[in-house]
Amino acid sequence: MTLDKKQINGLMQLIGLTRDSEINCDQCLNLIAEFAERELAGKSFPESLEKVEHHLSICRECCEEYRLLIQALKTMDEDEPDPSPPRL
Amino acid sequence: MQTTQRDNEAWLADLNARGRIQQQALTDLGDALFRTLGRIRANWTYVDDSFLEDVVQETLMQILEKLEQFQGKSRFLTWATSIAIHIALSKLRRKQWQDISLEDITLNGDTTVVDNFMTGDEVEINRDQSIIIDRMHSLIDSELSDKQRTVLLAELKGLPQVRIADLLDSNRNAVYKMGHDARKKLKQALEDSGLGIEDINSAFSA
Ligand SMILES: [Zn+2]
Repeated sequence: MTLDKKQINGLMQLIGLTRDSEINCDQCLNLIAEFAERELAGKSFPESLEKVEHHLSICRECCEEYRLLIQALKTMDEDEPDPSPPRL
Repeated sequence: MQTTQRDNEAWLADLNARGRIQQQALTDLGDALFRTLGRIRANWTYVDDSFLEDVVQETLMQILEKLEQFQGKSRFLTWATSIAIHIALSKLRRKQWQDISLEDITLNGDTTVVDNFMTGDEVEINRDQSIIIDRMHSLIDSELSDKQRTVLLAELKGLPQVRIADLLDSNRNAVYKMGHDARKKLKQALEDSGLGIEDINSAFSA
């Protein structure tokens, strides 16, 4: 099994982004809702949320969850009371 | 009370209540999450209503367990949705990678990986990249513990942390720490060998 050039590039970029102190995925999850709302509102991030931005640049999985959250939030404002049948 | 009429305080009050009030809040929250997940399900293959229902039920249980962790810095529904999405993706990642073992991913995953990479026929690397990769060749082997090397290579191959954690009988925070420690060691070792972060970034930023 080999690493292709994309994977090697990925490793190098990750190393370039690596900090001595980083938040982990659970810490990111705890902050992601606030981060997403600020992003959608075009608000700047306080220092406490800058760590989230950095984590998202490192962590593919949290980044995927974040993108879906943004997508979901854009639809939630359409969520008027009971437009669709209730679930079982 | 309708889902959209509850503010954060009302959600907390109702979910912390007992009996009928709590039950109604859970029903309303579950309905809201189900609708929201339904709107983004197109991102996922093989997801049906029963999968979404499982996700919603697990989300409701987790929310009740960690209600005190909600700090009110976002809308309650945003916080709940972030948890639901995490649960949904964790389930899907486990399912997608259920037949893959760490050995499948990391077999010959020490310096051989880089050797093969450097002799691969589709590889185009410039001289600066080649120097850095050459250093990495020995550093992955010499600087990392077996577990750090395994986690790093598994992550680079795309194995999700939740699956790595399962296979190592660990948890994703521990897996993240192992990967982070590996990156820190490699970064430090590269710097010690005379290659700074600017060199790395400029060589691989194309
Ligand atoms: Zn993460």
